[in-house]
Amino acid sequence: MTYFPEEVLEYIFDFITTNQDRNSISLVCKSWFIVEKGSRKRVFIGNCYAITPERLISRFPRVKALTLKGKPHFADFNLIPHDWGGFLLPWIEAMAISYPGLEELRLKRMVVTDESLELLSRSFANFKSLVLVTCEGFTTDGLAAIAANCRVLRELVLYENDVEDGRGHWLSCFPENYTSLVSLDFACLKGEVNLASLEKLVARCPNLKSLKLNRAVPLQTLHKILIRAPQLMDLGIGSLVHHRDPILYNHLREVVRQCKSVRSLSGCFEVSLYFLSPFYPVCKNLTSLNLSYAPGIPGSDLIMLILKCPKLQRLWVVDSIGDKGLGVVASTCKELLELRVFPSVYGAEHASVTEEGLVAVSLGCPKLHSVLYFCHQMTNAALIAVAKSCPNFTRFRLCILDPRKPDPATLQPLDEGFGAIVQSCKSLKRLSLSGHLTDRVFLYIGMYAEQLEMLSIAFAGESDKGMQYVLNGCKNLRKLEIRDSPFGNGALLEDVGKYETMRSLWMSSCDVTLGGCKTLAKKMPRLNLEIINDKMEEYIDDSQKVEKMYLYRTLDGPRKDAPDFVWNL
Amino acid sequence: MENNKIIETTTTTTTTTKKNMLTESDKSGLNFKETELTLGLPGDSRSVKREFSRTVKAADNDDDGSESEEVTSAGKAPVAKAQVIGWPPVRQSRKQIMVLKKRCTYVKVAVDGAPYLRKVDLEMYASYQQLLSALEKMFTCFTIRNYLNESKLMDPVNGTEYVPTYEDKDGDWMLVGDVPWKMFVDSCKRLRLMKSSEALGLAPRTPPKSTSTS
Repeated sequence: MTYFPEEVLEYIFDFITTNQDRNSISLVCKSWFIVEKGSRKRVFIGNCYAITPERLISRFPRVKALTLKGKPHFADFNLIPHDWGGFLLPWIEAMAISYPGLEELRLKRMVVTDESLELLSRSFANFKSLVLVTCEGFTTDGLAAIAANCRVLRELVLYENDVEDGRGHWLSCFPENYTSLVSLDFACLKGEVNLASLEKLVARCPNLKSLKLNRAVPLQTLHKILIRAPQLMDLGIGSLVHHRDPILYNHLREVVRQCKSVRSLSGCFEVSLYFLSPFYPVCKNLTSLNLSYAPGIPGSDLIMLILKCPKLQRLWVVDSIGDKGLGVVASTCKELLELRVFPSVYGAEHASVTEEGLVAVSLGCPKLHSVLYFCHQMTNAALIAVAKSCPNFTRFRLCILDPRKPDPATLQPLDEGFGAIVQSCKSLKRLSLSGHLTDRVFLYIGMYAEQLEMLSIAFAGESDKGMQYVLNGCKNLRKLEIRDSPFGNGALLEDVGKYETMRSLWMSSCDVTLGGCKTLAKKMPRLNLEIINDKMEEYIDDSQKVEKMYLYRTLDGPRKDAPDFVWNL
Repeated sequence: MENNKIIETTTTTTTTTKKNMLTESDKSGLNFKETELTLGLPGDSRSVKREFSRTVKAADNDDDGSESEEVTSAGKAPVAKAQVIGWPPVRQSRKQIMVLKKRCTYVKVAVDGAPYLRKVDLEMYASYQQLLSALEKMFTCFTIRNYLNESKLMDPVNGTEYVPTYEDKDGDWMLVGDVPWKMFVDSCKRLRLMKSSEALGLAPRTPPKSTSTS
């Protein structure tokens, strides 16, 4: 083997960008380890309690971009108490001292306080990108600090965060000479924004490519913004419904016609077809359309719109689109890669979708590889047809709204249908199950789903066997989340070594007992086992079932910031 | 499995028999209620309300894990769905948007004798007065006439008077104006401008505070 000087190695390593490859490199020899350590710029941490900030900093001293995730996935659905944890502040405090060159921070499901945003904004002189996804705990005052202090900020994305309104006017905190903004998404903010500041900001940022407005931004402002920024590629429009001025609509139509670069359209809260018609000129080029926040659009209007969007690759809608609308998607959008159909909680005037719509799309859109589909029923025959026509699925998430609902045609469990999916879709990485399912489906999953990384199980299975099939089979499984399924200690304790290869295991309303958890915790000291007892039940003896259990791999032992209702075993 | 089978068949039969009687907008909501086993008579609106209070009670009991387990495993899928925390797995923020969506309430408007229907978004208006003037514009032949607090629409050509009525969420036809505006917006399923000669049989207009006397 030839020995390169370290400078050469470092130069070569710069071309290797994926974390997995870099992990492999660092295992080759001591000198590669050291060179890789000093040159690693991007780090992904899937669980903020798997490692402490101090260990991260000593392992990789020159990080510029960090992705950090907090609460487990089920927090999205209210299964985890708000004050469970996932705090950003200790990370910012540590990085403020050790990573002065930090440029990017992407956070998911973390508790982000104004204090941490303030500290962040003052600590990293070259900070460029802040992406917050489903985070909470901060107000627009924190955003004001970011706006005021991050002079070279390019990207500020707030996706589905729970943000309190502070003093407001955060948009006017961007300095007058600030011009570097490329991407701004504040669609999730509930309150008013300073419209004059917004217009001025857009006007002085020539590189702005992506802009997602919240519902407080009215049509007049949108009109002015589009005049100033015809270069936008990604546009999220606010609420349009409260204006019925035809002249303004005609003006808007003219302006939108000039926005030839728009490829992605989203937002459109409370919009009906009349209000969307000015956007027809951009439809023919759209690759992404997200109308999942616009449950007010009737199915017939959605169909009119989709007929004009032949290049769509990504479509998010609510189920008011109906099976008929999905049929139109199937015949119009031949390039479709990703489809999400969300439920409209209020059924009035909405058709919903069934197996027919999914089958139609899978037949019509052969490139489809990612689906999230909420429906009222599903059949085995349909799933088998879908598996046949779309073997490229990497993400398949099906939610039948009634838990434990069988195939309505045969009244059989959906084992065979999901079995067909895992058998045909060799590259499946993420799978969510629903409907009536026996242990058999887990036999199939364990047997075929070799690339599966994340599996969500709800109201399924019959015995410990089900979970054992999955743990014994799926070699690449990283995250397993289970709720309301009859898996107990037998399944939990059969192969405890498996959990060291995984990021986390969540079990709620299953048959695991306190004693089972204690045994596991004793055997595997490098795993953290948390019992989340938010209902303050009294656990008297070990045979009692544990309501919520969260198990994860960690390098640094039990966390120190756990609230009272979290027990670290 | 047996249970499921029975529920499946009930669902389909109610759908087919009810289809003609109900507007599309009613379907999903009522079907679930129709499949419920309750003590009331079929079609009796009280049985619907009893079902509601039962749901609320069961939801309160949700703290007690065993109780909700019992309900979900009984094979009554629609009830279970309403009670299970975190199901369907939709992000909270998205659910809030769905709730906000409710703030956009389109209802159909029919006028006796007119061959077409119109739709209005009730959330566009803040009071009965605003709604009535919108209806007046929508059906250009009308002018509003105010009799002591009571609003009617009038076709000046033939002198016919129209009374705005609405179907509430229980399926009863009521006179527009009988409850506070907000409550009306929540409850109204559709509007009908009824010839006043035909509206005589409707529930008499009562001041909002003394509904219990009827």
